[in-house]
Amino acid sequence: MNIFDRMMSLDRRWVFLFVALVCVITYLIPFSIKINITPEVKSIYDHVESLKAGDYILLAIDYDPNALAELHPMTYAIAEQAFRKELKVIFVTLSQNGPGMADQAIRDISDSLRLEKTYNGITYPARQLINGKDYVFLGYKPYPALVILGMGQNFRLPFPSDYYGTPLDSIPMMKGVLNYDQIKCVIDFAAGNVADMWISYGQGRYNFPLALGMTGVMGADYYPYLNSGQVFGLMGGLLGAAQYESLADNPGPAIDGMRIQLYAHIVIILFILMGNIGFLVTRRKKQV
Amino acid sequence: MSRTMIILLALVAIVFAVSWAAKSASLDDQYDDYISRGFLITLAAFLTLSILSFLYKDNPFYKFAEHLFVGVSAAYWMSLGFWSTIVGNLIPRLSVTLSAFFKVPHIEDEYALYILPDKVSYFIPVVLGILLLMRLSKKAGWISSWPLAFIVGTTAGLNLVRYLRSDFIEQVSSTFVPLLVDWQGTGRFFSDFNLYAYGQFVTMLGNWVIFIGVLCGLVYFFFSKEHKGIFGGASRVGIWVLMITFGASFGYTVMGRISLLVGRLTFLFHDWLELIG
Repeated sequence: MNIFDRMMSLDRRWVFLFVALVCVITYLIPFSIKINITPEVKSIYDHVESLKAGDYILLAIDYDPNALAELHPMTYAIAEQAFRKELKVIFVTLSQNGPGMADQAIRDISDSLRLEKTYNGITYPARQLINGKDYVFLGYKPYPALVILGMGQNFRLPFPSDYYGTPLDSIPMMKGVLNYDQIKCVIDFAAGNVADMWISYGQGRYNFPLALGMTGVMGADYYPYLNSGQVFGLMGGLLGAAQYESLADNPGPAIDGMRIQLYAHIVIILFILMGNIGFLVTRRKKQV
Repeated sequence: MSRTMIILLALVAIVFAVSWAAKSASLDDQYDDYISRGFLITLAAFLTLSILSFLYKDNPFYKFAEHLFVGVSAAYWMSLGFWSTIVGNLIPRLSVTLSAFFKVPHIEDEYALYILPDKVSYFIPVVLGILLLMRLSKKAGWISSWPLAFIVGTTAGLNLVRYLRSDFIEQVSSTFVPLLVDWQGTGRFFSDFNLYAYGQFVTMLGNWVIFIGVLCGLVYFFFSKEHKGIFGGASRVGIWVLMITFGASFGYTVMGRISLLVGRLTFLFHDWLELIG
């Protein structure tokens, strides 16, 4: 058995082991790599930056813990940027395990906001986030399409109370906020087909500015919606999150993870090349 | 149970206990509930490693983690559905007494369907929901077909409009792109010559790719004419376009999977082992 035959019969567990080793080693050795910003990510950042203090945005946390690694960094970066700019944020989740994700994000960002920080040369003073004044967490309701349509009529229709049981009419921030008409943009962090529903039933029906943050697996499928103008921005996977962190000058786990991505991808490309070379050589040998 | 498995289980139990103790000790000065936090982080690490162990081969630890996940998810979803929809949406609008019982504020609903008498509209989904549960009965199981038909009909109607609007009309209209640009000189034509910029040349090139890609992709799926000659050539270009699309999608998938691995590594090395800051 020569080297090419060995390549063809390589146990896949060696590939797993090699990729895991490369990931662990690059994770433990700190170094940085350059992040290139794409227009579809920058347009989200620019849109949030263009909003004034007191404007409302809606962040839809439509993912479960299985997509946490990719989507949490996006949520953190955008929510922190919004709160530093003193925007009013409405959180909602249309994913059944989403409440835990949103709750964790709100608590962590609240902690981060207690410290004075400088982003892109602007120093933001420390502030205390107040539930009902600075943000509202509506919670979770099943059947995303119906909830999205319901919120278009009145937030109180699918969510008579917020996640913590306070009636929406008793929440100071929700006074005069009826539906999407009062919202400057919706940013959906999605790990499933909820993104389709936001596009069809939300943006298609109510015509609000919509941006998507999504898992890498979904990324390529949603570029046609960007091209058609149905979404004004798109962040795909950890790379999209890293770009946003870079734009917001708020380095986090996404930028940290990029060096692992880089070397893991190199390893995978090498294995693909090895497999193809082995295949071509052994096929030629058989033909001879 | 084999002797090897007993030794393995004992080893895992010892490692788990040591990790729990060490983790709790490290959290001692940060949290009051450091023992439970230590347990939860250790359990999460154990479950992560159990799932990852499947990469080597199927084993009892993987099976345990998988079954635990399925069971917990089902129970969580069911209880969440009850508390968020039945208690969260229905009860407050239905009755003052029931609202008080479940400790949720009663809502005088101003958004009800006024074509029906007060509160009656809320009983329709309740009845349909109960009928759906009749599936559990062998004799009366057929009744569940009625609410199911309602769900299928509603979903089909909603999706028809949805696809027609966002995935058909909008997508077709977005392929009507200008294939030529106003000539404003060589300098303007080749300005911003990179893939991220929108200079005249890049825009025009992108529009041609969209035009040819859509046309050839459609030709590939046109089966009423034999794929020969110009038609066959366009079909082959269509295959290439599809392959490139699948390749881009696969590339994104690989990136997504590595991202998930990065997430788990962050948990193991940062939250559990605290090897990195």
